[in-house]
Amino acid sequence: MTSPALEQTEPLSRPLRSPRRFWRIKAFLRNWTAVTAAAFLLVVLLASVFAPFLSAHGPYDADNLSRYVPIGTEGYLLGTDQQGRDMVARLLYGGRISLLVGILPTLTASAIGLALGLLAGYTRGLADHVIMRCLDVVFAFPMVLLAIAIAGAMQPGVTTEIISITVILIPYFARLARTATQDIAAMPYIEAARAAGGSPADIMLRYVLPNVFSPVIVYATTLMGLMIVVGSGLSFLGLGVQPPTADWGAMVAEGRVVLRRAPHVTVLPGILILAVSLAFNFLGDGIRDALDPRSIRR
Amino acid sequence: MAETLLEVAHLIKAYPARGKGQKVQAVADASLTLARGETLGLVGESGCGKSTLSRLILSLVAADQGAVRIAGADFLGASREEQRLMRRRIQIVFQDALSSLNPRMTVGVNIAEPMRLQGLGTQASRRQEARQLLALVGLRAEDEDRYPHEFSGGQCQRIAIARALVLKPDIVIFDEAVSALDVSIRAQILRLILDLQQKFGLSYIFISHDLSVVKRICDRIAVMYLGRIVEIGSSDAVCGSPRHPYTEALLRAIPIADPRRMRVENLGLIEGDTVAAAGPSGGCAFEPRCPHRFARCGLSVPPLFDIAAGHRAACFLNETDRQQGDP
Amino acid sequence: MTDGSDITLEVKNLTTRFGSAKTGVTVVDGVSFSLKRGRTTALVGESGCGKSATALSVMQLLEPPGEVIAGEVRLGGVDLMRLGDAEMAEVRGRRIGMVFQDPMTSLNPLLPIGDQIAETLTAHTDLSRHEAKQRAVDLLTRVGVADAGRRVHDYPHHFSGGMRQRVLIAAAISCSPEIIIADEPTTALDVTVQAKILRLLYDLQQAMHASLLLITHDLGVVAAMADEVIVMYAGRIVERADVDTLFHRPRHPYTKALLACVEGISDRAAALEPIQGMAPDLKDPPPGCRFAPRCPSVRDVCRRQDPRLAPYSARHDVACLLVGEEAANG
Repeated sequence: MTSPALEQTEPLSRPLRSPRRFWRIKAFLRNWTAVTAAAFLLVVLLASVFAPFLSAHGPYDADNLSRYVPIGTEGYLLGTDQQGRDMVARLLYGGRISLLVGILPTLTASAIGLALGLLAGYTRGLADHVIMRCLDVVFAFPMVLLAIAIAGAMQPGVTTEIISITVILIPYFARLARTATQDIAAMPYIEAARAAGGSPADIMLRYVLPNVFSPVIVYATTLMGLMIVVGSGLSFLGLGVQPPTADWGAMVAEGRVVLRRAPHVTVLPGILILAVSLAFNFLGDGIRDALDPRSIRR
Repeated sequence: MAETLLEVAHLIKAYPARGKGQKVQAVADASLTLARGETLGLVGESGCGKSTLSRLILSLVAADQGAVRIAGADFLGASREEQRLMRRRIQIVFQDALSSLNPRMTVGVNIAEPMRLQGLGTQASRRQEARQLLALVGLRAEDEDRYPHEFSGGQCQRIAIARALVLKPDIVIFDEAVSALDVSIRAQILRLILDLQQKFGLSYIFISHDLSVVKRICDRIAVMYLGRIVEIGSSDAVCGSPRHPYTEALLRAIPIADPRRMRVENLGLIEGDTVAAAGPSGGCAFEPRCPHRFARCGLSVPPLFDIAAGHRAACFLNETDRQQGDP
Repeated sequence: MTDGSDITLEVKNLTTRFGSAKTGVTVVDGVSFSLKRGRTTALVGESGCGKSATALSVMQLLEPPGEVIAGEVRLGGVDLMRLGDAEMAEVRGRRIGMVFQDPMTSLNPLLPIGDQIAETLTAHTDLSRHEAKQRAVDLLTRVGVADAGRRVHDYPHHFSGGMRQRVLIAAAISCSPEIIIADEPTTALDVTVQAKILRLLYDLQQAMHASLLLITHDLGVVAAMADEVIVMYAGRIVERADVDTLFHRPRHPYTKALLACVEGISDRAAALEPIQGMAPDLKDPPPGCRFAPRCPSVRDVCRRQDPRLAPYSARHDVACLLVGEEAANG
């Protein structure tokens, strides 16, 4: 005869109310800030990609007679810069470079840093020491100085910018991933998995990695806007893209000298950098929240 | 005579102490056995080493010395692969049920995970097992798609118990598994644990600081103090006629839920606090606080003396005209 | 009959809600009790029954969205609910001392404990900083901290759990309050340490002739310490009696079931009879008696009608329809 405990007549939990497929997507869509940010970024991205179709002028079409044309002038919706180039065109084409420099190195560095940090944080011991000491070397250099060193060894251009920024970001992600990994590795459910006979690789990939993802994503999106600026800093120093190539950060830097006379030359790209950074932040927060099972509405 | 399922022999684990040169002995020479169908209680207060001992037994933490044998086979010394297979026979349920479940996996996946980690079954068969176990522990099969945070503490513990059973182990270690639960839920879970033991013929090691719970469900009790087992014997013997001053003190300090039998004036007090043993001090670890201490106590560590069949206590008070028992 | 002047704190119909009127949860529902000088009252119940919320409501330490929506709390004739923040801050520490559960989080890790005790003193008395620190040393000695003169400069992490709790108690009694509220003071402690802390609380209370409100889920602690016991379930008081009556002649089915659980847990000879089910979700409490879904003696009327706390005999109140009937039928 089975005992009452094993024959629970009244179940202890309430019935599930609705099917829970795609809860991550649904959770994301409920967050209107994140959705708006995602939409905005998509618009900016598409606009940059389809720049030729959206802009009557090219980014290099200088016209000395139309310099410093203010915003709203016919034919030049957002005015022109110090060389008479259409701001709309400059912003659209510039977006290609800026977004590329903001997104690609950050994503690459986050992937590499995540892998390194995961390995260091979970296995500890020798691997941890070796990885972290190597990264310490990179950490020891100021970010920009290191970027200069790397870029200085290569030809100036967008590839140089991307590579330098990727390299200098890796240690930051690795450190973050390592700390997160250590926190998670101390959790009882990891111990439970080991007690059940899980191999370290299995546990790292199936248990630790999904939980380390969150802080890394948020950090990555925080950095994207910043990297646009760092990239243009490199350009300013002559190591990244060179004028007349359009790049938002470069436009901000070049337009400084004419700030009094034609503020829109600097302010417009500045606003775009700000808006894109914010949008990335909100997007990152939204993704993190959507991936958290606690966001499931019952 | 029931077979001996688990044999723990002279486990030692020391950690380097912060700021001092010496090491702190978390577990200093602990040995015990577990027979099939038996429940062994491991009792002690914080710092006594009972949790460390459980991790050593499960080979989750590397022991400095000692052996663990499961059904006669060496567990600690086995190869990686052998150890993995042997893990199927001994599982653990933790104190904080919610943290012991992966928050990003559904409850059904959590329960079936040990099978997947061991490479057993298919996704479908594992799911089936999980559903059955959910029902067995008193939850609904449909709960398999819920996440751990959606359940209460008691329910999470049921889920953790289901997970511990999925590999059909012989031995389950409960590490303070009911300590964080309310009284009524605690009673439910204890009832469940007892019924499962009867149904599946399981053997338990029940770790707790709560002697009253341990008295209830354990056949034998081992009392730990600062890394050593200071008394071991049947529940009745240890609780009825304790032969170690620490066990006595522990029993007197437990408030009984009856105002006629014990009021605060009757609560037994031991002087001093548990001070972490910074390396072997040479004498009995309890000596500084013991109301019955005498000269011998500070000179050497007392071994476990035989008192009666299966009842042993590590106290020199038991030494007179008794033979020294094998530790 | 109790002498009215013996009463130090009187709580009447205290009702606390978390959230708005429409979507909120009433966690304390019409709770009334009084504390008497020199006596210990235990507030017992399991998680979510409202006992901690009651204490926080009395001290006005609720964080939004929690708020007291009804009731009065009279301390020496003054209704605490009507006091402003500054006046209430005066009361806290000076007239009511509070000891919380987790000494780890109740002490500031960045300040020496002597400073933290002295803080309470300088806030409520006109002792100078120097005098307050001196008093802190005295208090530490009084609560059993050896070598207090030196230890007063130590930081919280230098103390063990039991010692930290002693520090908290020292702070709580520093201004010789009339009332001490201890919320699960020994739950996080080992049993031998618990024994000492309980003994300490008892000795201090006797010496100060203060009222002690002890909130706990541990019936053993209640049996040891309490003079009067109040049992709470789902935000309400379901039984109230002096300690001997409660343990030996309980009348509410929940109290009986709880005692049976405890006995079943600790005594091998007794049957282990758990209470089935779980406490109700207060967002959606069942109609009628809140314990009805789990009550072994439940009848139809219990599911329809909500019992009120009514006297069963002298100084023994019960909120149960069946008991009410019993009493009525003689």
